[in-house]
Amino acid sequence: MVVATKRTGTQEGSKRIIELDDITVRFCGDSGDGMQLAGTQLTNTSAIFGNDVSTLPDFPAEIRAPAGSLAGVSGFQIRFGSHKLRTPGDMVNALIAMNPAALKTNLEDLEPGGILVVNEDAFTKNNLGKAGYDQDQNPLDSDSLSGYLLYRVPMDKLNAKACEGTGLSGRAAGRCKNFFALGLVYWLYGRSMEPTLGWIKDKFASKPAVAEANAKAIKAGYYFGETAEMFPVRYAVAPAKLTPGRYRRISGNEALAIGLVTAARLAGKTLFYGSYPITPASDVLHELARLKNFDVRTFQAEDEIAAMTSVVGASFAGAFAVTGTSGPGLALKTEAIGLAVMTELPMVILNVQRGGPSTGLPTRTEQADLNMACMGRNSEAPLCVIAPATPADCFDMALEAFRIATEFMTPVILLSDGYLANGAEPWRLPDISKLPRLCIKHPKTGDEYQPYSRDKKLARPWALPGTKGLEHRLGGLEKRDGSGEVCYDALNHDHMCRTRRKKIDGIAETIPNLSVTGDDHGDLLVLGWGSTYGAITLAVEQCLKEGLKVSGAHLRYLDPMPSNTAHVLQSFKRILIPELNLGQLLHRIRASYLVDAVGLHKVQGKPFAVSEIQSEIEKLLSNGTTA
Amino acid sequence: MTAESATITLNAKDYGSDQDVRWCPGCGDYSILAQVKKVLASIGAKRENTVFVSGIGCSSRFPYYINTYGFHSIHGRAPGIATGIKLANPELQVWVVTGDGDGLSIGGNHLLHTIRRNIDLNILLFNNRIYGLTKGQYSPTSPQGKKTKSTPMGSVDFPLHPLSVALGAEATFVARALDVNTKHLAYVLERAARHKGTSFVEIYQNCNIFNDLAFEYATGKDTKDDTTLYLEHARPLVFGKQRDKGIRLNGMDPEIVTLGDGITEDDLLFHDERQAEPSLAYLLSRMHYPAYPEPMGVFRCVERPTYEDQVMDQIRTATSRQGEGTIENLFDNGETWLIN
Repeated sequence: MVVATKRTGTQEGSKRIIELDDITVRFCGDSGDGMQLAGTQLTNTSAIFGNDVSTLPDFPAEIRAPAGSLAGVSGFQIRFGSHKLRTPGDMVNALIAMNPAALKTNLEDLEPGGILVVNEDAFTKNNLGKAGYDQDQNPLDSDSLSGYLLYRVPMDKLNAKACEGTGLSGRAAGRCKNFFALGLVYWLYGRSMEPTLGWIKDKFASKPAVAEANAKAIKAGYYFGETAEMFPVRYAVAPAKLTPGRYRRISGNEALAIGLVTAARLAGKTLFYGSYPITPASDVLHELARLKNFDVRTFQAEDEIAAMTSVVGASFAGAFAVTGTSGPGLALKTEAIGLAVMTELPMVILNVQRGGPSTGLPTRTEQADLNMACMGRNSEAPLCVIAPATPADCFDMALEAFRIATEFMTPVILLSDGYLANGAEPWRLPDISKLPRLCIKHPKTGDEYQPYSRDKKLARPWALPGTKGLEHRLGGLEKRDGSGEVCYDALNHDHMCRTRRKKIDGIAETIPNLSVTGDDHGDLLVLGWGSTYGAITLAVEQCLKEGLKVSGAHLRYLDPMPSNTAHVLQSFKRILIPELNLGQLLHRIRASYLVDAVGLHKVQGKPFAVSEIQSEIEKLLSNGTTA
Repeated sequence: MTAESATITLNAKDYGSDQDVRWCPGCGDYSILAQVKKVLASIGAKRENTVFVSGIGCSSRFPYYINTYGFHSIHGRAPGIATGIKLANPELQVWVVTGDGDGLSIGGNHLLHTIRRNIDLNILLFNNRIYGLTKGQYSPTSPQGKKTKSTPMGSVDFPLHPLSVALGAEATFVARALDVNTKHLAYVLERAARHKGTSFVEIYQNCNIFNDLAFEYATGKDTKDDTTLYLEHARPLVFGKQRDKGIRLNGMDPEIVTLGDGITEDDLLFHDERQAEPSLAYLLSRMHYPAYPEPMGVFRCVERPTYEDQVMDQIRTATSRQGEGTIENLFDNGETWLIN
């Protein structure tokens, strides 16, 4: 468990201020209560203040489950700090619960002695019943919460009073109570209201009454904190020492969209995005659909299969072609991806993983599509698989996906997940002049041309329809190497299967080596991939501080893996692979490198807590037996 | 235009590839291939700007035999591939070659949605009412009771009628032709090629191996005049060897009448391929042998903005409003802050 460490105490007016390194807050309430918005505002405000931030939204698959029910609880966790955070925090220091259902489903994540702010007005008999509490036993009146600093705030009443005179109906005014709660949190943590007041003004420019009510609500919450003699202390978190530069907050899905457009712009290409709406990937489609002035052509297809085939067609015609989906969608795209492998066309397939199998847990995170990405096609159908490590890394890996796709004429699967997609962190705007330029070459009229001739990297030429003299036919039938004519010859097929695999293996020579945190050899290496980077890195750092002999390494390239992977693995006595599945990387590593790695598996729809990995490391190093 | 780039007129055989055609001898596909090449020549199609896309099935081998660009894709998915090609480069003329199994069974969903979008593709559906490449199972257009390898006691599947399906999706161009009536087939294909928007053409195509003579009623020398009716825009529906029979509306239903005895052509139903509502075309698509003569020709030809034109219009509008996007303004979402 990572608990904010107390550093200094100062007095300001009557209230003592305690300075902390970082703070984790979670807002939770009904899915219609505006918890995501309150969380986003606190994130932006903290980022603008100069903190590092990391967020974890958690919302139900149902748009509006019955009000007050356990199924309808939506939460947003944000951690802000004066140092590099890497994760949104294991336990929360403060929980803002807007109703009994929110309290019930979130209390287990509040640290002992943590701050618990509840909307007292929502604890009616009816709501208690819906949340499964005894209607005659209000938990706020019992001893069950005595282990926390409980603050009962009559938010409904105070908010209604604050919104009086704005002309809004009682119901409409009630929708402002997320901002009342936000104002209270701002006061508690010494945040400025200005960024949010500015946002309210812009957002509701055409609805002055709504703007006024929201502004009044946040101020009422803030001043309630100041005037009510409820809170004995306030907390402060200093700005983080981040690399100088211009920053913005970015989620993984935003970073993917921006990365794809950047890649296309740098190459002077049209970006084509064919997709079918699916949680949690749809936001990439939404982002891109807004960017038409960047020559982004989005196509909402009739299904996942058409989305994939449109991308194959668009690539054939010369666009930078991308599809985005989540697990069930990737399953449907499988056959068309096989066609892309056979026709050796460049394209990017985003898979924002979620809990499965089947429809599974649409809004929850998981890393269980690694096997499907690497192997989920009929016959020998190799392609490149990569996985960003953080929300901001989604930008870099989107560029990298196109670099590989076009350099090697191959589909590339990029494995993001719900945690990266919706989680956010500050992103330093890159120096555009230093971004990699993709140099795309198409054969021209008069060039000596064979559809399946190969360069040194075994890539075939990308000749485009519209080019006179290079007319050729592609297709799913096996090709004769060189001419690309349909060929059923036994030895040619053997040669082509090996060539396609060899081409993908060759990508390893163009990617960075696997780097190791801590000593480059020793007793234990913790190896991860994808979105678990933050939790694993923090756990390793924490153990290093405790003097344990442990190192960490993180794979962003899954197929092929970096060239030095075998060397790194062989430099350690033990290898621990934590992943949000039942051992998919573990099996690949054991099979490919013949090392006796062990796994730490979690499939709860939630990211790892740092403490879970830390205690596994401690256990492995103390008793010397496998988990 | 420079002298070098001046249009060189190609003839039909210039569109043939060097590949051996591997359809069974006597297959209706040969005739369709010949007419398509002829039409490419007559519309002056540039080989480099023409793309043939197909799915899987006998008909889907088509792209290998035309020396334009081509894509022999996967079962039922040609419309999706073609859509991507057209959206990435709207300058290309894109043809989709499909069959009754490929287009209406495994690819039914794509066909429906491609048609409703009115993307500028020429879709040729070779209907032989059987699965040929998999050696003779019934297809979604096989009649009920059809005995095949997979239906030894006769098929209990109720068939789809391709033109009714296309009209249900409000196709802007819908036509039917016969493989053996080459002159009329060429006419229909040329009309389809010149139409802007999705053109859907059903071609009755004989599979002489697995479903021989399926369309004999419509092609047989003695029967064809009484079993088919060739549509002409703004002309009454007349048919028969003696051109003495016609179609008259009786309430909502078509009925066959004999001209004479007080019935003149003016009493007959007049064809109007440009009717905004597809109701007349749909009524015609419901006329099936043996109850009625089966209409051939252009059922419907109306104008509607194409999908790709609207996509490009939005891009132009957004660009003129916001200016061409730069990476700088892509990064800066207006909510940035500076760390010194």
